[in-house]
Amino acid sequence: MSGLLLMRVPLRQLLLRKEAYIYYIFLLVLVLFAVLLHDTAFLSFDNFMNIIRQTTPITVMAVALSFALAVGHIDLSIGAVVAVSALVSALLLQSFGISVAVCGALAVGLLVGLANGLLTEKLQVSSLLITLGSMSVLAGFARQLTNLESVPIINQDFNFIFGGGDLLGIPVLLLWTLGIAALGYLVLNKLRFGRHLLAVGGSPNAARAMGIQLQRTRVYALMISACGAALAGLLYAGRLQGARYTLGEADLLTVIAAVAIGGTSLFGGRACIVGAVLGSWLMGMINNGLILSGFSTNEQMVARGVILILAVAIGVKESKNG
Amino acid sequence: MVRTGLAQKALELKGITKEFGAVKALQGVSFSIHKGEVVALLGDNGAGKSTLVRCIAGLHAPDQGEIHVNEQQVTIRTPQDARDHGIETVFQDLAMIPDFDIASNLFLNREMLSKNPILRWFGWLDQQGMRKRARKSLNRLNSRLPDFSAKVSTLSGGQRQAVAIARAVNWGADLVIMDEPTAALGVEQSAQVNELIKLISSQGVAVLLISHNMQHVLETCDRAVVLYQGRSVADVAVSDVSKEDLVALITGAKVAA
Repeated sequence: MSGLLLMRVPLRQLLLRKEAYIYYIFLLVLVLFAVLLHDTAFLSFDNFMNIIRQTTPITVMAVALSFALAVGHIDLSIGAVVAVSALVSALLLQSFGISVAVCGALAVGLLVGLANGLLTEKLQVSSLLITLGSMSVLAGFARQLTNLESVPIINQDFNFIFGGGDLLGIPVLLLWTLGIAALGYLVLNKLRFGRHLLAVGGSPNAARAMGIQLQRTRVYALMISACGAALAGLLYAGRLQGARYTLGEADLLTVIAAVAIGGTSLFGGRACIVGAVLGSWLMGMINNGLILSGFSTNEQMVARGVILILAVAIGVKESKNG
Repeated sequence: MVRTGLAQKALELKGITKEFGAVKALQGVSFSIHKGEVVALLGDNGAGKSTLVRCIAGLHAPDQGEIHVNEQQVTIRTPQDARDHGIETVFQDLAMIPDFDIASNLFLNREMLSKNPILRWFGWLDQQGMRKRARKSLNRLNSRLPDFSAKVSTLSGGQRQAVAIARAVNWGADLVIMDEPTAALGVEQSAQVNELIKLISSQGVAVLLISHNMQHVLETCDRAVVLYQGRSVADVAVSDVSKEDLVALITGAKVAA
């Protein structure tokens, strides 16, 4: 929880806030699993580190999606961006260094975000439909790119930086999680740009009347969201030491659930980064608990679906109350 | 009570027209406001008041006509243009972000940035500085607000109105447009807004007031411009007319001499 201390939010204030229910849900699920799974390795430091490391791409996507939601958009293409970005970086690593691969992958994100943003704003169509379309385009492209083949990554530096590395005993993936969370928090809460994002989502008319450029701000938000997804693609590729078109495919609903349950409004104007991080860890913990409980894969799918619906229901209800 | 306005014109409109398809919202509106003058813009629903306000505030572009600010012709295409020319508007819906606190709304798109040059480059906000300035400018307007870190959505209608007016006058505007500033307020709060209008006009700020409340107009305004079906049909000194005269002009029952 060092991320919380970094942000200098008094704990009491944190626990009394309206979004505080995420902390209680988090604790409740933790205790529930700890009791049910007391004879397994669930309640061990290693297992929790494992959960955080495995969840890192989800956490990064959750922070990124918070930016799209802040301006009142949604980005359904993030899962597909993950696959394309991971494949692009893996392919580039076959003949170039890390920096080219990373730049290439992030450029994919920026371009997709730019296209999403411009299409949404110029056509005046809901971002839901535009990004639903670009999701399909990208998913098809990811399959086409390598003919469904997976691409291994043998560049050990890349795998260290974006995957299994340790820095002074701290897993690199934990550093990525905390770094991206802190960055997201600072941008949304401390920088003028972030406040304008929230203003545009909170009341477009008021923001426009005060001279904020709505379209440009919204395009930037979608670029950040897709670029974050591209980074998540790199983090998948680094941990798995390779890329495959299936990466990120099933993450979209998990990410939306994590963000929604974390107190970010699905209708714009309110984003809670700490909540998004905790929400993603919650989803990771549930996933892990279900596996350790010995449910079959089919049963896990059903359970996950039910939990996701519950999470989104709570999140949507709370953001409507706000 | 007539205050003689200073000689200079803060705003002059010449033949402003605006059409929305077949609807002729404005058909040549002309009038001017001198510095320190409070002018009422009157008219029935659909007479074109809001369209005219939106043209001056940069939310609509007029089809024809000239806007002069401080005796110079200007082009106003965006809300930012209007603000750059010293025109501030208190919109009827107040144009507030409900989830933001008072200072954040007061400084929306005019934020104070950190003095540290590196942080400043990133657009790091000086939140403490903004709170301090917000407190000062609201105190100057004699409005008592409980908590400056309170979200605007938790304030009463009168308090929100005070914040909106403070925002408009905070930037040394030459012209403040107020669209129905007392429509949602009680008697005492309306009186406060009247005081505010007198205060800022005494400082040389021109005020264009849109109101349906004739008593309010007679108490606070120097002149009244009446719109009827998209035309400016009357421009009278308030001291020369009665409430009934104004109503007759608004409804078109009487044509100004």
